[in-house]
Amino acid sequence: MLDLKPTPAIGVPDQTIGTVTIAETDGVALASVAARKGQLVASEATLKSRLGAVPPVGGAVFGDAETGFWTGSDQWMITASFDSHENLADQWKDELGAAASVTEQSGGWVVFDVTGADMLAMCELLCSVAIRRMETGDVQRTMVHQMGCFVICCDAGLHIRIIGPRASALSLHHALIGAATAVA
Amino acid sequence: MIIDHPLLGPRDSSEFTYLGDASLIDRPDPAGEDASSDFYDYAYLRDNPAGWHKELWFHEAGDRSWLVVTRNTVTHEISKVELASDVARAQGRSK
Repeated sequence: MLDLKPTPAIGVPDQTIGTVTIAETDGVALASVAARKGQLVASEATLKSRLGAVPPVGGAVFGDAETGFWTGSDQWMITASFDSHENLADQWKDELGAAASVTEQSGGWVVFDVTGADMLAMCELLCSVAIRRMETGDVQRTMVHQMGCFVICCDAGLHIRIIGPRASALSLHHALIGAATAVA
Repeated sequence: MIIDHPLLGPRDSSEFTYLGDASLIDRPDPAGEDASSDFYDYAYLRDNPAGWHKELWFHEAGDRSWLVVTRNTVTHEISKVELASDVARAQGRSK
C-alpha cells in the first residue's frame, strides 16, 4: 500500500507572536454524524461506546483516539488523527448503519491550534465567543472575519483549536496572525 | 439585542438572521379546497403588529437552528424563545 501523506491546507510553519503560537495542524481526519429521524438513542449509544460519553450541547468529549463535539441538535463532528483514522467516516458508518448519516469532512476544514497566555485577548479580538468563561471541553460555533468556525476550548485559558473552512484557510490564518500581532 | 437561545443560552442577535412571521410554519394544505387563496395569503399577506409578534429567526452563525422568537416590535423585548421544531411538533407535526 502506498504511504501517502496528508496535504496541509497551507503548509505554513508554526508561528509565535508575543506569547501566542499559531500552528496549522494537518493530519486531522473529520467526519460529521447526524442522527436520523427517531434514531437518536441508537446514535447516542454509538457515540458513547466510541468516545466514552455523548458530547453535550456546546461541548466536546475527548476520547482516547477520537474527539467528538456537538455541532447542532442531534449532530456531531468527530475528529481523529489522520494517520490512524484515514477512513474515519467509514468506521462510523459501519457502526451506525441506518441510525445516522455520516459524511466525510476531512477535505473541508483547516485546523489551527492557538496556544499561549495572550490567546484570550487575541480570541476576544477575533470573535464574539466569551472565551474567558469557556471551560475545557466547551465548543462554540462563531464567525471569525465572516468565516463560520468552530472554537474548541482544549485547555481553558491556554489552548484553543479553531476549525474553519479549508477553502478560506489563508484568510483565516491571516486573521489569526493579525489578531496575535495586535495583542503582542 | 440578545436572544436567549433555548439550547445555547444568551447570544447576540448579530449571529441570527430574520425570516419573518412565524405563521410561515403553517404551510396550507396544497390539496385543500381553498388552496389557491390560502397560498395567496400564505405567500403575500402578513400582519404588521405594533406589539407582540412571533417571528422566525435562524441561528446562522451558531448551531443553525430555527427559532420561534416572541418579540415586542415596539420595545424589542423578547418574552419567549423556542426551537421551531418543538413548536411544529407541539402542533402535531412530525420532525
